[in-house]
Amino acid sequence: MTSNRVEHGGAAHTSSRKALDHFVLEIADDALVLGHRLSEWCGHGPTIEEDIALSNISLDHLGQAQCLYELLVENDANYGSADKLAFFRDSFEFRNCILVEQENGDFAQTIVRQVYFSAYYYFLYEQLSSCPISLLSDFAAKARKEVSYHLRHAGEWILRLGDGTTESKARAQAAIVQLWPFVEELLAPSEAASILIAESQVFEPSTVSSAYKQYLETLLSEATLEVPSSTAASPLNGRQLKHSEHLSQLLSVMQSTARAHPDALW
Amino acid sequence: MPDTDREKETPLWEVFVQEAGAEAHQHAGSIHATDAELALQNARDVFARRETIKSIWVVPSHAITSSQPEDEPALFDAASDKIYRHPQFYKTEKASDND
Amino acid sequence: MVEGHFGRTTRIRAMSEEQRTKDFLSRIDAKETIEPKEWMPERYREQLVRMMSQHAHSEIVGMLPEGNWITRAPSLRRKIALIAKVQDEAGHGHYIYSAVETLGVSREEVYRKLLDGSAKYSHIFNYPTTSWADIGMIGWLVDGAAIINQTMLARCSYGPYARAMLRICKEENFHKKQGMEIVSRLCRGTAAQKAMAQESFDRWWWPTLMMFGLPDEKSKNTAELMQFGIKLRSNDELRQRFIDMNVKQAQEFGLTIPDPDLYFDEDSGHWQIGPIPWEEFFEVLKGNGPCNRERLDAKIRAHEEGRWVREAASAFAEKRAKRRAKQ
Repeated sequence: MTSNRVEHGGAAHTSSRKALDHFVLEIADDALVLGHRLSEWCGHGPTIEEDIALSNISLDHLGQAQCLYELLVENDANYGSADKLAFFRDSFEFRNCILVEQENGDFAQTIVRQVYFSAYYYFLYEQLSSCPISLLSDFAAKARKEVSYHLRHAGEWILRLGDGTTESKARAQAAIVQLWPFVEELLAPSEAASILIAESQVFEPSTVSSAYKQYLETLLSEATLEVPSSTAASPLNGRQLKHSEHLSQLLSVMQSTARAHPDALW
Repeated sequence: MPDTDREKETPLWEVFVQEAGAEAHQHAGSIHATDAELALQNARDVFARRETIKSIWVVPSHAITSSQPEDEPALFDAASDKIYRHPQFYKTEKASDND
Repeated sequence: MVEGHFGRTTRIRAMSEEQRTKDFLSRIDAKETIEPKEWMPERYREQLVRMMSQHAHSEIVGMLPEGNWITRAPSLRRKIALIAKVQDEAGHGHYIYSAVETLGVSREEVYRKLLDGSAKYSHIFNYPTTSWADIGMIGWLVDGAAIINQTMLARCSYGPYARAMLRICKEENFHKKQGMEIVSRLCRGTAAQKAMAQESFDRWWWPTLMMFGLPDEKSKNTAELMQFGIKLRSNDELRQRFIDMNVKQAQEFGLTIPDPDLYFDEDSGHWQIGPIPWEEFFEVLKGNGPCNRERLDAKIRAHEEGRWVREAASAFAEKRAKRRAKQ
């Protein structure tokens, strides 16, 4: 470990330690909730091949969530276990963004949600993989490979939906507009991210944001689709624990078996 | 529910994968996809779920020309008596060296 | 595929149908593998298409009862393993559809017959999954039964089917292990978990025994399938192997087998079961099982809702091909 790396866990670093935990939870909860949403497609996709592809992406996300929860538990036993974090927190304790808790809708909505999401993480991980906090850089280096495939998969589909039939174009454009208000939350650094940025320059939000916007413009224009003109962001914000109704509904399903048998091992 | 006329049969592709450590691409199976890029993507998802794969080829199935079973004698039997094409034909001084 | 141009002999063409069939059957007896472009009796082809289609459909419909618990799996590890398993089933369905296509039937055509109800799939997937324990039972019992069947099919006479089975068997073993791990956990768990396991076992035991098909004397396809080297063991032989294996396993788990007539026959060295409730089997096959309607509706809905996506991909491919042709 080089000398400019930041060690966490010392008493002097309580506030940045907490910020790091929150930031990791944001990423982990994003991955858990989106992984869960994608798994709802399993058996119901438009082709067998797509069933398999969406399950692959779901598995990547769930694996990322599990890995990050375990890292949190390793650093602080008070978290209990990865399963405790996933199955025994209430919706107001989840730090995921609003975008991922949105329902699957039709295939266009699922794909647009994935593009919005994966493009952000692609550029975020690009920076995090060389950041001074080893926990983040190690994770980002691995996750980036997965995310870059997710982006490629969803990007190929955006091209086909946008430049396919009149119906597919209309559905894709509707999804782009409908989910756009939730993009701002991704691009604006959360409170936890801001603290980490100020202390350790973990990433540069303006670089991520401009790369993201440029990527999206290029992709959508190639797909003959339009970037929404409205800039009205949603008043909801998962990083500030202000969720939509969808999250508690999702959790009531996801956590039902585990919570019905709180003492059980599976 | 009959499919509408608009829905055509999706083209078939043959998939060849090169596994990590293996030398040549091997036929893994076939896949349906409307175009080459999606075929590649589908092949990756279907055939690389477990194995670590170095490279994938997809080839439109109709582009493959195959020998016919009744060609077998004409095409392949001829080679089976060309013993000089096999290394075992040649005796070396130390027989255990190279086979 | 394009026909080859060279050296085509007329030797085989000149033979009579009867002589060809005789030659074919002697190849089967000699344990030769039959490949797609080789001559085969029409009946062999029909039986293969019927059997392989049913098998592929079973994999695809079989995703639904287990998929039902993906969103409610009780831990991250279980959730991830279950998704991977259900995904494998999609992959297996895909392999087998590809194998059917080597017989000159398109996947669309085969799949259409599932959706219009004219093709069958394994009756077992018309039973509901009402508790988490069912996921364990399906892995242990249903996949266990499937492995016995598929291990046999991996040595069947038709090359593409045998190769698909070989690949599938390798992957199915993880499914069975996963199922047994779930059941074992439940049986060593809380009182509620144990009760959940027994309740589920009571529901799955008899239907899984039916998966091997009717008793030999009543099975109308078995003799022909065995003559063709598609099936190598009879229904009853396979069923007995399953029973012997799993009575012991159930006892190890501490589960009670819901069969008051069950006993170990010293003379034969096999476990003997009471009468299988075949009436129930016929009802499920007729479409009157607990979930027949739901299963088919789910696949029809997915197919209908996915139509515009498939159309978009086709339209895009055409446009791109035209654009590239112009360049």
